[in-house]
Amino acid sequence: MPRPMTVTEKILASHAGMDEVRPGQLINCRLDLVLANDVTAPIAIKEFRKVGVESVWDPERIALVPDHYTPNKDIKSAEQAKMVREFAREQHITHYYEVGCMGVEHALLPEQGVVVPGDVVIGADSHTCTYGALGAFATGVGSTDAAVGMATGEAWFKVPTSLKFEVTGELGPWVSAKDIILHIIGMIGVDGALYQAMEFTGDTIERLDMDGRMTICNMAIEAGGKSGIIAYDDVTAAYVTGRAEREWTVFSSDGDAEYVRTYSLDASSIKPTVAFPHLPSNTRLAEESRDITVDQVVIGSCTNGRLEDLRVAAGILKGRHVHPHVRAIVIPATQKVWTDAMHEGLFDIFVDAGAAVSTPTCGPCLGGHMGILASGERAVATTNRNFVGRMGDPTSEVYLASPAIAAATAVAGHIALPDDLD
Amino acid sequence: MRFEGIAHRYGRDVDTDVIIPARYLNTSDPDELAAHCMEDLDQDFVKKVQPGDILVAEENFGCGSSREHAPIAIKASGVSVVIAKSFARIFYRNAINTGLPIMEAPDAVDGISSGDRVAVDADTGIITDLSTGTSWQAQPFPDFIRDIIEKGGLVAAAREKVGK
Ligand code: SF4
Repeated sequence: MPRPMTVTEKILASHAGMDEVRPGQLINCRLDLVLANDVTAPIAIKEFRKVGVESVWDPERIALVPDHYTPNKDIKSAEQAKMVREFAREQHITHYYEVGCMGVEHALLPEQGVVVPGDVVIGADSHTCTYGALGAFATGVGSTDAAVGMATGEAWFKVPTSLKFEVTGELGPWVSAKDIILHIIGMIGVDGALYQAMEFTGDTIERLDMDGRMTICNMAIEAGGKSGIIAYDDVTAAYVTGRAEREWTVFSSDGDAEYVRTYSLDASSIKPTVAFPHLPSNTRLAEESRDITVDQVVIGSCTNGRLEDLRVAAGILKGRHVHPHVRAIVIPATQKVWTDAMHEGLFDIFVDAGAAVSTPTCGPCLGGHMGILASGERAVATTNRNFVGRMGDPTSEVYLASPAIAAATAVAGHIALPDDLD
Repeated sequence: MRFEGIAHRYGRDVDTDVIIPARYLNTSDPDELAAHCMEDLDQDFVKKVQPGDILVAEENFGCGSSREHAPIAIKASGVSVVIAKSFARIFYRNAINTGLPIMEAPDAVDGISSGDRVAVDADTGIITDLSTGTSWQAQPFPDFIRDIIEKGGLVAAAREKVGK
Protein backbone atom coordinates (compact mmCIF):
# COMPACT_ATOMS: atom_id res chain seq x y z
CA MET A 1 0.00 0.00 0.00
CA PRO A 2 1.40 3.42 -0.90
CA ARG A 3 1.52 6.02 1.86
CA PRO A 4 -1.56 8.21 2.32
CA MET A 5 -1.27 11.08 -0.14
CA THR A 6 -2.82 14.43 -0.94
CA VAL A 7 -4.48 14.99 -4.29
CA THR A 8 -1.37 16.92 -5.40
CA GLU A 9 0.97 14.08 -4.42
CA LYS A 10 -1.23 11.54 -6.21
CA ILE A 11 -1.30 13.52 -9.45
CA LEU A 12 2.47 13.99 -9.35
CA ALA A 13 3.13 10.33 -8.51
CA SER A 14 0.98 9.16 -11.41
CA HIS A 15 2.85 11.43 -13.84
CA ALA A 16 6.24 10.37 -12.49
CA GLY A 17 5.28 6.72 -12.99
CA MET A 18 5.62 6.04 -9.27
CA ASP A 19 3.33 4.47 -6.69
CA GLU A 20 4.02 7.18 -4.19
CA VAL A 21 5.92 10.42 -3.73
CA ARG A 22 6.92 12.39 -0.65
CA PRO A 23 7.24 16.14 -0.09
CA GLY A 24 10.77 17.29 -0.88
CA GLN A 25 11.42 14.50 -3.36
CA LEU A 26 12.77 15.63 -6.75
CA ILE A 27 10.90 13.91 -9.55
CA ASN A 28 10.64 14.04 -13.30
CA CYS A 29 7.05 14.18 -14.57
CA ARG A 30 5.32 13.57 -17.84
CA LEU A 31 3.39 16.70 -18.83
CA ASP A 32 -0.11 16.93 -20.25
CA LEU A 33 0.17 20.52 -21.44
CA VAL A 34 2.78 23.24 -21.81
CA LEU A 35 1.66 26.86 -22.07
CA ALA A 36 3.36 30.12 -23.01
CA ASN A 37 2.17 33.61 -23.95
CA ASP A 38 3.41 36.52 -26.05
CA VAL A 39 5.78 37.68 -23.30
CA THR A 40 7.26 34.33 -22.33
CA ALA A 41 7.01 32.31 -25.56
CA PRO A 42 9.61 34.34 -27.47
CA ILE A 43 12.30 33.44 -24.91
CA ALA A 44 10.99 29.87 -24.76
CA ILE A 45 11.22 29.58 -28.55
CA LYS A 46 14.81 30.87 -28.55
CA GLU A 47 15.71 28.33 -25.86
CA PHE A 48 13.78 25.57 -27.64
CA ARG A 49 16.01 26.08 -30.69
CA LYS A 50 19.04 25.32 -28.55
CA VAL A 51 17.77 21.97 -27.24
CA GLY A 52 18.61 20.21 -30.47
CA VAL A 53 15.23 18.79 -31.50
CA GLU A 54 13.50 19.65 -34.76
CA SER A 55 9.95 19.54 -33.54
CA VAL A 56 7.94 19.85 -30.37
CA TRP A 57 7.12 16.74 -28.42
CA ASP A 58 3.42 16.89 -29.27
CA PRO A 59 1.85 19.76 -31.25
CA GLU A 60 -1.53 19.07 -29.62
CA ARG A 61 -0.20 19.46 -26.10
CA ILE A 62 1.23 22.93 -26.41
CA ALA A 63 -0.83 26.07 -25.97
CA LEU A 64 0.44 29.41 -27.24
CA VAL A 65 -1.77 32.33 -26.26
CA PRO A 66 -0.75 35.85 -27.25
CA ASP A 67 -2.80 37.81 -24.71
CA HIS A 68 -0.59 40.24 -22.80
CA TYR A 69 0.02 42.93 -25.43
CA THR A 70 -2.46 41.84 -28.07
CA PRO A 71 -4.03 43.28 -30.17
CA ASN A 72 -0.45 44.42 -30.64
CA LYS A 73 0.37 47.45 -28.56
CA ASP A 74 3.39 48.64 -30.52
CA ILE A 75 6.00 47.48 -33.01
CA LYS A 76 8.03 45.53 -30.49
CA SER A 77 4.97 43.67 -29.23
CA ALA A 78 3.98 42.99 -32.82
CA GLU A 79 7.39 41.42 -33.41
CA GLN A 80 6.99 39.20 -30.36
CA ALA A 81 3.50 38.11 -31.40
CA LYS A 82 4.82 37.43 -34.90
CA MET A 83 7.54 35.20 -33.56
CA VAL A 84 4.96 33.17 -31.62
CA ARG A 85 2.63 32.96 -34.62
CA GLU A 86 5.38 31.79 -36.97
CA PHE A 87 6.53 29.17 -34.49
CA ALA A 88 2.96 27.94 -34.05
CA ARG A 89 2.57 27.56 -37.81
CA GLU A 90 5.95 25.91 -38.28
CA GLN A 91 5.31 23.41 -35.50
CA HIS A 92 1.61 22.89 -36.35
CA ILE A 93 0.61 23.85 -32.82
CA THR A 94 -3.13 23.17 -32.60
CA HIS A 95 -3.78 25.37 -29.56
CA TYR A 96 -2.67 28.69 -30.94
CA TYR A 97 -5.16 31.50 -30.48
CA GLU A 98 -5.11 34.48 -32.81
CA VAL A 99 -6.72 37.84 -32.10
CA GLY A 100 -10.41 37.25 -32.67
CA CYS A 101 -10.54 33.91 -30.89
CA MET A 102 -7.95 34.72 -28.23
CA GLY A 103 -8.58 35.33 -24.56
CA VAL A 104 -6.63 35.70 -21.35
CA GLU A 105 -4.87 32.34 -21.23
CA HIS A 106 -6.04 31.14 -17.82
CA ALA A 107 -9.67 31.89 -18.59
CA LEU A 108 -9.38 30.54 -22.12
CA LEU A 109 -7.79 27.12 -21.66
CA PRO A 110 -10.23 25.73 -19.06
CA GLU A 111 -13.16 27.22 -20.98
CA GLN A 112 -12.04 25.53 -24.19
CA GLY A 113 -11.56 22.18 -22.48
CA VAL A 114 -7.81 22.19 -23.14
CA VAL A 115 -6.97 21.50 -19.50
CA VAL A 116 -8.72 18.57 -17.82
CA PRO A 117 -8.87 17.19 -14.27
CA GLY A 118 -5.87 15.15 -13.19
CA ASP A 119 -3.50 16.92 -15.63
CA VAL A 120 0.01 18.07 -14.90
CA VAL A 121 0.42 21.43 -16.60
CA ILE A 122 3.31 23.86 -16.69
CA GLY A 123 2.84 27.34 -18.03
CA ALA A 124 5.32 30.10 -18.56
CA ASP A 125 3.03 32.39 -16.63
CA SER A 126 2.72 32.54 -12.89
CA HIS A 127 -1.08 32.31 -12.84
CA THR A 128 -1.02 28.87 -14.44
CA CYS A 129 -2.03 27.73 -10.94
CA THR A 130 -5.60 28.71 -11.94
CA TYR A 131 -6.24 25.22 -13.38
CA GLY A 132 -6.09 23.72 -9.92
CA ALA A 133 -9.77 24.66 -9.85
CA LEU A 134 -10.35 21.72 -12.22
CA GLY A 135 -8.52 19.28 -9.97
CA ALA A 136 -5.30 19.48 -12.00
CA PHE A 137 -1.75 20.12 -10.84
CA ALA A 138 -0.75 23.30 -12.63
CA THR A 139 2.14 25.57 -11.88
CA GLY A 140 3.88 28.58 -13.31
CA VAL A 141 7.42 28.19 -14.59
CA GLY A 142 9.85 30.26 -16.62
CA SER A 143 10.46 30.27 -20.33
CA THR A 144 13.37 27.81 -20.11
CA ASP A 145 11.21 25.24 -18.34
CA ALA A 146 8.55 25.79 -20.99
CA ALA A 147 11.15 25.37 -23.76
CA VAL A 148 12.39 22.07 -22.40
CA GLY A 149 8.80 21.02 -21.72
CA MET A 150 7.90 21.73 -25.36
CA ALA A 151 10.90 19.69 -26.51
CA THR A 152 10.62 16.71 -24.18
CA GLY A 153 7.14 16.67 -22.65
CA GLU A 154 8.72 16.45 -19.22
CA ALA A 155 9.64 18.71 -16.32
CA TRP A 156 11.36 18.33 -12.96
CA PHE A 157 9.51 19.13 -9.75
CA LYS A 158 10.22 19.13 -6.09
CA VAL A 159 7.13 17.54 -4.55
CA PRO A 160 5.57 20.33 -2.48
CA THR A 161 4.22 20.03 1.01
CA SER A 162 0.52 20.84 1.23
CA LEU A 163 -1.47 23.37 3.21
CA LYS A 164 -5.18 22.77 3.72
CA PHE A 165 -7.68 25.62 3.78
CA GLU A 166 -11.04 24.43 5.01
CA VAL A 167 -13.74 27.05 4.46
CA THR A 168 -17.14 26.30 5.92
CA GLY A 169 -20.40 28.16 6.31
CA GLU A 170 -22.44 30.67 4.34
CA LEU A 171 -20.89 33.69 2.67
CA GLY A 172 -22.43 37.03 3.63
CA PRO A 173 -23.89 39.57 1.22
CA TRP A 174 -21.47 40.74 -1.50
CA VAL A 175 -18.80 38.33 -0.30
CA SER A 176 -17.31 36.36 -3.17
CA ALA A 177 -14.52 33.94 -4.00
CA LYS A 178 -12.23 36.95 -4.45
CA ASP A 179 -12.86 38.01 -0.86
CA ILE A 180 -12.09 34.50 0.38
CA ILE A 181 -8.72 34.40 -1.33
CA LEU A 182 -7.80 38.00 -0.45
CA HIS A 183 -8.71 37.20 3.14
CA ILE A 184 -6.48 34.11 3.09
CA ILE A 185 -3.54 35.99 1.56
CA GLY A 186 -3.99 38.78 4.10
CA MET A 187 -3.91 36.14 6.82
CA ILE A 188 -0.84 34.16 5.71
CA GLY A 189 1.12 36.78 3.73
CA VAL A 190 2.65 36.85 0.27
CA ASP A 191 5.07 34.08 1.21
CA GLY A 192 2.71 32.23 3.54
CA ALA A 193 2.52 29.28 1.17
CA LEU A 194 6.02 29.54 -0.32
CA TYR A 195 6.88 26.39 -2.33
CA GLN A 196 3.67 24.72 -1.08
CA ALA A 197 0.45 23.38 -2.58
CA MET A 198 -2.68 25.12 -1.30
CA GLU A 199 -5.64 22.77 -1.12
CA PHE A 200 -9.04 24.40 -0.71
CA THR A 201 -11.84 22.34 0.82
CA GLY A 202 -15.00 22.71 2.87
CA ASP A 203 -18.65 23.21 2.07
CA THR A 204 -18.23 26.87 1.11
CA ILE A 205 -15.72 25.91 -1.56
CA GLU A 206 -17.94 23.02 -2.67
CA ARG A 207 -20.79 25.45 -3.28
CA LEU A 208 -18.67 27.78 -5.42
CA ASP A 209 -19.19 27.61 -9.15
CA MET A 210 -16.21 27.02 -11.42
CA ASP A 211 -15.69 30.73 -12.07
CA GLY A 212 -15.30 31.35 -8.34
CA ARG A 213 -13.05 28.33 -7.89
CA MET A 214 -10.76 29.63 -10.62
CA THR A 215 -10.58 33.02 -8.90
CA ILE A 216 -9.35 31.30 -5.75
CA CYS A 217 -6.77 29.02 -7.35
CA ASN A 218 -5.61 31.87 -9.60
CA MET A 219 -4.29 33.76 -6.60
CA ALA A 220 -2.45 30.86 -4.91
CA ILE A 221 0.75 32.31 -6.37
CA GLU A 222 0.08 35.60 -4.56
CA ALA A 223 0.64 33.69 -1.33
CA GLY A 224 3.83 32.23 -2.81
CA GLY A 225 2.11 28.91 -3.50
CA LYS A 226 3.41 26.47 -6.06
CA SER A 227 -0.14 25.46 -6.89
CA GLY A 228 -3.71 25.72 -5.71
CA ILE A 229 -6.13 22.85 -5.98
CA ILE A 230 -9.78 22.02 -5.42
CA ALA A 231 -10.63 18.35 -5.66
CA TYR A 232 -12.86 17.08 -8.45
CA ASP A 233 -16.57 16.98 -7.54
CA ASP A 234 -20.00 17.35 -9.17
CA VAL A 235 -19.33 20.99 -10.06
CA THR A 236 -16.10 19.98 -11.80
CA ALA A 237 -17.85 17.12 -13.56
CA ALA A 238 -20.61 19.38 -14.83
CA TYR A 239 -18.06 21.93 -16.03
CA VAL A 240 -15.81 19.58 -17.97
CA THR A 241 -18.54 17.39 -19.44
CA GLY A 242 -19.04 18.30 -23.08
CA ARG A 243 -16.07 20.65 -22.94
CA ALA A 244 -12.99 18.55 -22.17
CA GLU A 245 -11.16 17.53 -25.29
CA ARG A 246 -9.48 14.57 -23.60
CA GLU A 247 -10.37 11.86 -21.11
CA TRP A 248 -9.74 12.93 -17.55
CA THR A 249 -8.65 11.20 -14.37
CA VAL A 250 -10.07 11.85 -10.94
CA PHE A 251 -7.76 12.07 -7.94
CA SER A 252 -8.64 12.93 -4.37
CA SER A 253 -6.79 13.30 -1.09
CA ASP A 254 -6.71 10.40 1.35
CA GLY A 255 -8.38 11.11 4.66
CA ASP A 256 -5.10 10.64 6.52
CA ALA A 257 -2.91 12.54 4.03
CA GLU A 258 -0.27 14.79 5.49
CA TYR A 259 -0.67 18.57 5.64
CA VAL A 260 1.91 20.92 7.05
CA ARG A 261 -0.92 22.94 8.45
CA THR A 262 -4.71 23.14 8.26
CA TYR A 263 -6.42 26.51 8.38
CA SER A 264 -10.11 26.47 9.27
CA LEU A 265 -12.06 29.49 8.14
CA ASP A 266 -15.60 30.48 8.95
CA ALA A 267 -17.06 31.90 5.72
CA SER A 268 -19.60 34.00 7.57
CA SER A 269 -16.80 35.99 9.19
CA ILE A 270 -15.23 36.98 5.84
CA LYS A 271 -16.22 40.45 4.67
CA PRO A 272 -15.70 42.24 1.37
CA THR A 273 -11.94 42.77 1.26
CA VAL A 274 -9.59 45.11 -0.58
CA ALA A 275 -5.83 44.66 -0.96
CA PHE A 276 -4.12 48.03 -0.63
CA PRO A 277 -0.90 48.93 -2.41
CA HIS A 278 1.61 47.44 -2.85
CA LEU A 279 1.08 43.82 -1.85
CA PRO A 280 -1.89 41.47 -2.26
CA SER A 281 -1.49 40.65 1.44
CA ASN A 282 -2.03 44.25 2.51
CA THR A 283 -5.74 43.68 3.02
CA ARG A 284 -8.36 45.85 4.70
CA LEU A 285 -12.10 45.61 4.88
CA ALA A 286 -13.90 47.42 2.07
CA GLU A 287 -16.17 49.06 4.63
CA GLU A 288 -13.13 50.68 6.22
CA SER A 289 -11.70 51.91 2.92
CA ARG A 290 -14.33 54.39 1.79
CA ASP A 291 -11.89 57.31 2.02
CA ILE A 292 -9.95 56.00 -0.99
CA THR A 293 -10.99 57.95 -4.10
CA VAL A 294 -10.13 56.43 -7.46
CA ASP A 295 -9.40 57.53 -11.02
CA GLN A 296 -9.96 54.20 -12.71
CA VAL A 297 -11.75 50.91 -12.24
CA VAL A 298 -10.76 47.81 -14.18
CA ILE A 299 -13.04 44.77 -14.30
CA GLY A 300 -11.39 41.86 -16.07
CA SER A 301 -8.27 39.62 -16.04
CA CYS A 302 -7.70 35.93 -15.44
CA THR A 303 -8.83 36.46 -11.86
CA ASN A 304 -12.22 38.05 -12.43
CA GLY A 305 -12.96 38.48 -16.12
CA ARG A 306 -15.33 35.55 -16.53
CA LEU A 307 -19.06 35.72 -17.26
CA GLU A 308 -20.19 35.45 -13.66
CA ASP A 309 -17.89 38.35 -12.75
CA LEU A 310 -19.34 40.53 -15.48
CA ARG A 311 -22.87 39.61 -14.42
CA VAL A 312 -22.19 40.74 -10.88
CA ALA A 313 -20.69 44.03 -12.08
CA ALA A 314 -23.56 44.62 -14.51
CA GLY A 315 -26.09 43.95 -11.77
CA ILE A 316 -24.62 46.85 -9.83
CA LEU A 317 -24.06 49.21 -12.75
CA LYS A 318 -27.55 48.68 -14.17
CA GLY A 319 -29.46 51.94 -14.16
CA ARG A 320 -26.52 53.76 -12.56
CA HIS A 321 -23.74 55.88 -13.93
CA VAL A 322 -20.00 55.74 -13.50
CA HIS A 323 -18.71 58.65 -11.39
CA PRO A 324 -17.60 61.57 -13.60
CA HIS A 325 -14.04 61.37 -12.23
CA VAL A 326 -13.69 57.65 -12.90
CA ARG A 327 -12.74 55.76 -16.04
CA ALA A 328 -14.35 52.35 -15.89
CA ILE A 329 -12.91 49.68 -18.18
CA VAL A 330 -14.55 46.29 -18.59
CA ILE A 331 -12.50 43.56 -20.26
CA PRO A 332 -14.20 40.20 -20.84
CA ALA A 333 -11.48 37.59 -20.43
CA THR A 334 -12.22 35.56 -23.54
CA GLN A 335 -14.01 35.87 -26.84
CA LYS A 336 -16.70 33.49 -25.54
CA VAL A 337 -17.21 35.52 -22.38
CA TRP A 338 -17.42 38.59 -24.63
CA THR A 339 -20.06 37.02 -26.87
CA ASP A 340 -22.09 35.62 -23.98
CA ALA A 341 -21.99 38.97 -22.19
CA MET A 342 -23.09 40.72 -25.35
CA HIS A 343 -25.99 38.34 -25.92
CA GLU A 344 -27.10 38.71 -22.32
CA GLY A 345 -27.28 42.46 -22.78
CA LEU A 346 -24.49 43.19 -20.31
CA PHE A 347 -22.73 45.50 -22.75
CA ASP A 348 -25.77 47.75 -22.97
CA ILE A 349 -25.65 48.06 -19.21
CA PHE A 350 -21.93 48.83 -19.14
CA VAL A 351 -22.06 51.31 -21.99
CA ASP A 352 -25.19 53.04 -20.69
CA ALA A 353 -23.41 53.39 -17.37
CA GLY A 354 -20.51 55.13 -19.08
CA ALA A 355 -18.00 52.26 -18.96
CA ALA A 356 -15.69 51.24 -21.81
CA VAL A 357 -15.84 47.64 -23.00
CA SER A 358 -12.66 46.19 -24.50
CA THR A 359 -11.79 43.17 -26.59
CA PRO A 360 -10.15 40.42 -24.48
CA THR A 361 -6.58 41.22 -23.42
CA CYS A 362 -4.44 41.28 -20.28
CA GLY A 363 -3.91 44.96 -21.07
CA PRO A 364 -3.87 47.13 -17.97
CA CYS A 365 -3.55 44.19 -15.55
CA LEU A 366 0.20 44.19 -16.07
CA GLY A 367 0.50 47.80 -17.12
CA GLY A 368 0.72 46.77 -20.75
CA HIS A 369 -1.85 48.92 -22.52
CA MET A 370 -5.57 49.80 -22.56
CA GLY A 371 -5.69 51.76 -19.33
CA ILE A 372 -2.27 52.71 -17.96
CA LEU A 373 -2.20 54.87 -14.86
CA ALA A 374 -0.47 58.27 -14.70
CA SER A 375 1.62 59.40 -11.74
CA GLY A 376 -0.28 59.43 -8.48
CA GLU A 377 -3.41 57.88 -9.99
CA ARG A 378 -5.36 55.18 -8.22
CA ALA A 379 -7.29 52.24 -9.56
CA VAL A 380 -9.51 49.60 -8.08
CA ALA A 381 -9.03 46.46 -10.15
CA THR A 382 -10.41 42.94 -10.07
CA THR A 383 -6.93 41.73 -11.02
CA ASN A 384 -4.46 39.90 -8.80
CA ARG A 385 -1.36 42.07 -8.30
CA ASN A 386 -0.85 45.54 -6.93
CA PHE A 387 2.92 45.79 -6.91
CA VAL A 388 4.66 49.14 -7.43
CA GLY A 389 4.15 50.24 -11.02
CA ARG A 390 2.02 47.23 -11.88
CA MET A 391 -0.56 49.24 -13.80
CA GLY A 392 1.52 52.20 -14.87
CA ASP A 393 3.61 54.92 -13.30
CA PRO A 394 5.58 53.78 -10.22
CA THR A 395 3.72 56.33 -8.09
CA SER A 396 0.31 55.04 -9.16
CA GLU A 397 -1.66 52.71 -6.91
CA VAL A 398 -3.71 49.57 -7.46
CA TYR A 399 -6.32 48.31 -5.01
CA LEU A 400 -7.48 44.72 -5.57
CA ALA A 401 -11.11 43.85 -5.05
CA SER A 402 -14.04 41.76 -6.23
CA PRO A 403 -16.21 42.70 -9.22
CA ALA A 404 -18.96 43.84 -6.82
CA ILE A 405 -16.69 46.24 -4.96
CA ALA A 406 -15.09 47.43 -8.20
CA ALA A 407 -18.46 48.18 -9.78
CA ALA A 408 -19.73 49.99 -6.68
CA THR A 409 -16.48 51.96 -6.56
CA ALA A 410 -16.87 52.98 -10.21
CA VAL A 411 -20.24 54.55 -9.35
CA ALA A 412 -19.26 56.09 -6.02
CA GLY A 413 -15.86 57.44 -7.11
CA HIS A 414 -14.33 56.01 -3.97
CA ILE A 415 -14.08 52.49 -2.57
CA ALA A 416 -17.64 51.48 -1.82
CA LEU A 417 -19.93 48.56 -1.16
CA PRO A 418 -22.92 47.97 -3.44
CA ASP A 419 -25.24 48.70 -0.51
CA ASP A 420 -23.76 52.18 -0.22
CA LEU A 421 -25.29 53.12 -3.55
CA ASP A 422 -28.77 54.57 -3.55
CA MET B 1 33.10 29.21 -8.63
CA ARG B 2 34.07 32.27 -6.64
CA PHE B 3 32.43 35.68 -6.74
CA GLU B 4 33.53 38.93 -5.21
CA GLY B 5 31.92 42.34 -5.35
CA ILE B 6 30.11 45.14 -3.58
CA ALA B 7 26.83 44.27 -1.86
CA HIS B 8 23.62 46.09 -2.80
CA ARG B 9 21.07 45.38 -0.12
CA TYR B 10 17.28 45.49 -0.42
CA GLY B 11 14.33 44.49 1.75
CA ARG B 12 11.78 41.69 1.57
CA ASP B 13 9.33 40.83 -1.23
CA VAL B 14 11.40 42.40 -4.02
CA ASP B 15 8.99 41.52 -6.82
CA THR B 16 9.51 40.87 -10.51
CA ASP B 17 7.62 44.06 -11.40
CA VAL B 18 10.33 46.18 -9.77
CA ILE B 19 13.17 43.93 -10.95
CA ILE B 20 12.03 44.52 -14.52
CA PRO B 21 8.80 46.50 -15.01
CA ALA B 22 6.28 45.11 -17.49
CA ARG B 23 6.58 48.21 -19.64
CA TYR B 24 9.94 46.85 -20.82
CA LEU B 25 8.75 43.30 -21.47
CA ASN B 26 8.22 43.95 -25.15
CA THR B 27 11.82 42.84 -25.61
CA SER B 28 13.86 39.90 -24.39
CA ASP B 29 17.27 41.42 -25.20
CA PRO B 30 19.41 41.01 -22.05
CA ASP B 31 21.18 44.38 -22.42
CA GLU B 32 17.97 46.31 -23.00
CA LEU B 33 16.45 44.62 -19.95
CA ALA B 34 19.56 45.26 -17.86
CA ALA B 35 19.29 48.98 -18.60
CA HIS B 36 16.07 49.06 -16.54
CA CYS B 37 16.96 46.53 -13.87
CA MET B 38 15.52 47.40 -10.42
CA GLU B 39 14.43 50.77 -11.81
CA ASP B 40 11.17 51.08 -9.87
CA LEU B 41 12.87 50.23 -6.58
CA ASP B 42 16.18 52.01 -6.98
CA GLN B 43 16.59 54.47 -9.85
CA ASP B 44 20.37 54.49 -9.40
CA PHE B 45 20.90 50.73 -9.35
CA VAL B 46 22.00 50.53 -12.97
CA LYS B 47 24.47 53.39 -12.45
CA LYS B 48 25.88 51.87 -9.26
CA VAL B 49 26.21 48.22 -10.15
CA GLN B 50 29.64 47.01 -11.28
CA PRO B 51 30.43 43.63 -12.87
CA GLY B 52 30.71 41.03 -10.12
CA ASP B 53 28.57 42.91 -7.60
CA ILE B 54 26.28 41.01 -5.27
CA LEU B 55 22.56 41.53 -4.70
CA VAL B 56 21.48 40.93 -1.11
CA ALA B 57 17.81 40.84 -0.10
CA GLU B 58 15.52 39.59 2.62
CA GLU B 59 12.62 37.12 2.28
CA ASN B 60 10.74 36.15 -0.88
CA PHE B 61 13.05 37.67 -3.47
CA GLY B 62 11.61 37.55 -6.98
CA CYS B 63 7.97 37.11 -6.04
CA GLY B 64 5.35 37.80 -8.65
CA SER B 65 5.38 36.89 -12.28
CA SER B 66 7.15 34.02 -13.99
CA ARG B 67 9.06 36.39 -16.27
CA GLU B 68 12.51 34.98 -16.93
CA HIS B 69 13.33 38.55 -17.89
CA ALA B 70 13.94 39.11 -14.16
CA PRO B 71 16.96 36.80 -13.66
CA ILE B 72 18.12 37.69 -17.18
CA ALA B 73 18.07 41.42 -16.36
CA ILE B 74 19.90 40.87 -13.08
CA LYS B 75 22.55 38.71 -14.68
CA ALA B 76 23.05 41.10 -17.60
CA SER B 77 23.34 44.05 -15.21
CA GLY B 78 26.59 42.49 -13.98
CA VAL B 79 25.38 40.93 -10.74
CA SER B 80 27.35 37.73 -10.06
CA VAL B 81 25.19 36.16 -7.36
CA VAL B 82 22.01 36.93 -5.42
CA ILE B 83 21.96 36.16 -1.71
CA ALA B 84 18.53 36.25 -0.04
CA LYS B 85 16.78 34.92 3.05
CA SER B 86 14.39 33.10 0.71
CA PHE B 87 13.42 33.17 -2.94
CA ALA B 88 10.03 33.03 -4.58
CA ARG B 89 9.58 29.62 -6.11
CA ILE B 90 9.40 30.45 -9.81
CA PHE B 91 12.30 32.89 -9.55
CA TYR B 92 14.39 30.19 -7.87
CA ARG B 93 13.66 27.80 -10.74
CA ASN B 94 14.28 30.43 -13.38
CA ALA B 95 17.59 31.46 -11.85
CA ILE B 96 18.83 27.87 -11.86
CA ASN B 97 17.53 27.22 -15.36
CA THR B 98 19.16 30.37 -16.76
CA GLY B 99 22.41 30.11 -14.81
CA LEU B 100 22.11 33.01 -12.36
CA PRO B 101 23.75 31.79 -9.14
CA ILE B 102 21.55 32.28 -6.08
CA MET B 103 22.04 31.37 -2.44
CA GLU B 104 19.67 31.16 0.48
CA ALA B 105 21.54 32.46 3.53
CA PRO B 106 19.41 34.27 6.12
CA ASP B 107 22.29 34.82 8.57
CA ALA B 108 24.55 36.31 5.93
CA VAL B 109 21.77 38.65 4.81
CA ASP B 110 21.42 39.93 8.37
CA GLY B 111 25.16 40.53 8.61
CA ILE B 112 25.88 42.21 5.29
CA SER B 113 25.42 45.96 4.81
CA SER B 114 25.09 47.82 1.54
CA GLY B 115 28.50 48.81 0.26
CA ASP B 116 30.36 45.95 1.99
CA ARG B 117 32.78 43.94 -0.10
CA VAL B 118 31.59 40.33 -0.12
CA ALA B 119 33.16 37.10 -1.35
CA VAL B 120 31.16 33.97 -2.14
CA ASP B 121 32.61 30.53 -2.67
CA ALA B 122 29.80 28.72 -4.45
CA ASP B 123 31.46 25.32 -4.13
CA THR B 124 31.76 25.34 -0.37
CA GLY B 125 28.81 27.67 0.26
CA ILE B 126 30.97 29.99 2.37
CA ILE B 127 30.04 33.66 2.25
CA THR B 128 32.51 36.19 3.68
CA ASP B 129 31.94 39.87 4.34
CA LEU B 130 35.45 41.18 3.62
CA SER B 131 34.58 44.58 5.10
CA THR B 132 33.76 43.12 8.52
CA GLY B 133 35.63 39.82 8.35
CA THR B 134 32.57 37.73 9.21
CA SER B 135 31.83 34.42 7.43
CA TRP B 136 28.71 32.30 7.11
CA GLN B 137 28.00 28.82 5.77
CA ALA B 138 25.12 28.76 3.27
CA GLN B 139 23.00 25.78 2.20
CA PRO B 140 24.62 24.05 -0.75
CA PHE B 141 22.36 23.15 -3.69
CA PRO B 142 20.75 19.69 -3.68
CA ASP B 143 22.60 17.30 -6.04
CA PHE B 144 19.78 17.20 -8.56
CA ILE B 145 19.92 20.98 -8.96
CA ARG B 146 23.71 21.14 -8.88
CA ASP B 147 23.64 18.67 -11.74
CA ILE B 148 21.52 21.04 -13.87
CA ILE B 149 23.82 23.95 -13.03
CA GLU B 150 26.96 21.94 -13.75
CA LYS B 151 25.65 20.91 -17.14
CA GLY B 152 25.19 24.62 -17.88
CA GLY B 153 21.48 25.03 -17.24
CA LEU B 154 18.32 23.19 -18.10
CA VAL B 155 18.64 23.52 -21.87
CA ALA B 156 22.13 22.06 -21.89
CA ALA B 157 20.93 19.24 -19.64
CA ALA B 158 18.06 18.55 -22.04
CA ARG B 159 20.46 18.62 -25.01
CA GLU B 160 22.45 15.89 -23.39
CA LYS B 161 19.28 13.91 -22.82
CA VAL B 162 18.06 14.09 -26.41
CA GLY B 163 21.56 13.02 -27.48
CA LYS B 164 22.77 16.11 -29.32
S1 SF4 C 1 -4.72 38.92 -16.84
FE1 SF4 C 1 -2.99 39.74 -15.68
S2 SF4 C 1 -2.43 38.16 -14.24
FE2 SF4 C 1 -3.73 37.22 -15.79
S3 SF4 C 1 -2.34 36.35 -17.29
FE3 SF4 C 1 -2.86 38.41 -17.96
S4 SF4 C 1 -1.28 39.77 -17.10
FE4 SF4 C 1 -1.16 37.82 -16.03
